[in-house]
Amino acid sequence: MKIQRKTQLDSEIPTASMPDIIFMLLIFFMVTTVLREYSGLPISLPKAKRIEKLKSKRHTSHIWVSKEGLVSIEDKLYSADGVRHVMYEKRVSDPQLVVSLKADERSKMGLISDIHTELRKADALKLNYSSKTAVD
Amino acid sequence: MAKQKRRFKGGEIPTSSMADIAFLLLIFFLVTTTIDMDKGLGMVLPAEGEEIEINKKNILNCLINSTGNVLLGGEAVDIRNLAKTVRQKIAQNDKLVISVKAHSASRYEDYVRVIDQLKQANATRISIAESD
Repeated sequence: MKIQRKTQLDSEIPTASMPDIIFMLLIFFMVTTVLREYSGLPISLPKAKRIEKLKSKRHTSHIWVSKEGLVSIEDKLYSADGVRHVMYEKRVSDPQLVVSLKADERSKMGLISDIHTELRKADALKLNYSSKTAVD
Repeated sequence: MAKQKRRFKGGEIPTSSMADIAFLLLIFFLVTTTIDMDKGLGMVLPAEGEEIEINKKNILNCLINSTGNVLLGGEAVDIRNLAKTVRQKIAQNDKLVISVKAHSASRYEDYVRVIDQLKQANATRISIAESD
């Protein structure tokens, strides 16, 4: 039996669709990049050494506390008692919620203590005191 | 002056460099996207109505006053030496619960420093008492 020789195939990767593929990647990265930053309040964070990273941005909710005693969540100002309702709703929709408390280092503990109580009532128990890295 | 008529030479946009341009854009977005992770001291608050009675000798009171001075178990301690002292106390009694109580007029900065010192002393049982 005679072995048939296959005709030489044109072995080249088609590059015509390359830009489309890369554009797809580009659009994917542009879409998935979350730029949902709330401006918050002007604060200077306290410094600490034993700090840990927050695991996921998606499960994190911030509370800003300024030195004047203003409390802001998602750019809306609340009184200390109002924190409970907001955090409770967040907690219900996301059981893995971690509250990041961005409080000014000069804010008073009385207010922070009130927020602690409110968070306990809202059942949002995972708290993180946002702070900068201290250098000796 | 005679007007020269331009010859139309098959107008096509060169697409060979398109991939390079797209790559450049992709790399630009990859580089400029900053994923700044939040950092801070982690803490788990006790659930509402979950007060547990603790033996009095297992409690170490840590009080912070409005001027930022710390009283640990009845003795005034410098915040910077807090970790060392607490570590010694935990070595003596591993069931020790440190109850942090801050004055309502004390600064949040001092409170964070105290919590940081307790974390450095590997204290896992930290309780936050309501400030008066």
